[in-house]
Amino acid sequence: MNSQAESSLSRSLASQLRVLHALLMREIITRFGRENLGVLWLVAEPMMFTLGVTTLWTAAGFHHDSPIPIVAFAVTGYSSVLMWRNSASRACSAIAENKPLLYHRNVKLIDVLLTRIALEIGGATGSFIILSLVFIYVGWMPAPADLLQVMFGWVMLAWFGASLAMLIGAGTAYTKLFERLWHPTSYLLFPLSGAAFMVNWLPAKMQTFVLLLPMVHGAEMIREGFFGNVVKTFYSVGYMASFCLVLSLAGLYVVQRASRRLEL
Amino acid sequence: MLAVEHVSKQYATRQGSRKVLSDINFRLGRGEHVGILGRNGAGKSTLIRLLSGAEQPTSGRIHRGMRVSWPLAFGGAFQAHLTGLDNLKFVCRVYGVDYKPLVRFVEEFTELGIYFREPVLHYSNGMLTRLAFALSMAIEFDCFLIDEAMVVGDSRFHERCHLELFHKRKDRAFILVTHDADVIKLYCKNACVLHEGNLLSFSSVDAAYDFYRSTMAASPAPVEV
Repeated sequence: MNSQAESSLSRSLASQLRVLHALLMREIITRFGRENLGVLWLVAEPMMFTLGVTTLWTAAGFHHDSPIPIVAFAVTGYSSVLMWRNSASRACSAIAENKPLLYHRNVKLIDVLLTRIALEIGGATGSFIILSLVFIYVGWMPAPADLLQVMFGWVMLAWFGASLAMLIGAGTAYTKLFERLWHPTSYLLFPLSGAAFMVNWLPAKMQTFVLLLPMVHGAEMIREGFFGNVVKTFYSVGYMASFCLVLSLAGLYVVQRASRRLEL
Repeated sequence: MLAVEHVSKQYATRQGSRKVLSDINFRLGRGEHVGILGRNGAGKSTLIRLLSGAEQPTSGRIHRGMRVSWPLAFGGAFQAHLTGLDNLKFVCRVYGVDYKPLVRFVEEFTELGIYFREPVLHYSNGMLTRLAFALSMAIEFDCFLIDEAMVVGDSRFHERCHLELFHKRKDRAFILVTHDADVIKLYCKNACVLHEGNLLSFSSVDAAYDFYRSTMAASPAPVEV
């Protein structure tokens, strides 16, 4: 690369980062405002969801004869759901709510989507870390047996959520069907996503079926990382990675096509 | 230099694809002022959006060799839930400018009072226009794309726009789209007419206006889409 190309690349990168910063501030201000907790709601909101689900599952005795403490089971499970579901859900309205800002040439569809994805991943990650630390401290959750494995599963779920959000968010430029179908789909996928069960608990036939869903692999990875050999897990990194790769390429393609046809 | 080469734009409608602009060609050098006349629905705003890069042409290319503004029209380019001040900050971040030295100028120019720190969705059209104009003056561009809505408004605002844009920044290029020939005569040496998707150039503003008037007499206005 010659120096001219390099400087033009670094200029583009600087401009991209400026736009992402501007969009991030814009999202934070309009979504959380400056009153009471402000930006802390980004983490507080998913924490409240996770805590609520944890309480419900504990109260309902939603627990098989499993060596895993229910709190740890609920926190790992529901946090995994937040990772893939929230990015896609927020991406649905990304175009509609940012349309006027796309009048600025440097603000591109992909920036708008990346901003929302980053916020959702940040919020869900913050919530997962804080809840885990608190519960580990009070002894309701074991410390992760293999922290790297937890992080790896988490990154895989983030990848899946991000590529799904790209596809759905850009898809709404073509038809509102993406948004209309996503909400019932995500609702129906929740009980199948591996949040509320371990694959090992299912009959063999069901196992084959749920393992078609990539987020199940992510949840299993995270639980293996947390509980180690205490649990038997089923997942394939290769399957989930291939799924995410195809989804990412499809997502980027639709983003690129949608940017060209976007009408302001 | 802003160069437009063989630019066409089609929109999908429920009745099929509709061509709004066909094979548009023109060039605008630094400091040149051109007016574009066109009736309602002639495609003026579409052309401005393409020139600004907010939308992409269906075919052809646009080369921007100078810093071209966003379309200066009231309303567009704002996030309604942000305050006027937050919109200023947003625009400054996007264009890489420090907002702090600009707050006073924008506050004074817009005369929004306490509304400068209220969400834009509570603004009247007049307030939006003043904010839109002030923000675009806050960022330095070589070429301004101006919708006629920006140069109407009450006479006091009109005067101050005139001062900021056509006196203080008269060395900059601009493209003014309107259906009012008087506005163009006041500010531009050259004029074009956008008619049935084609951009026609004329040697003088008067010649352009004569043609424009003849098209008005010939057929009813096209349907707004």
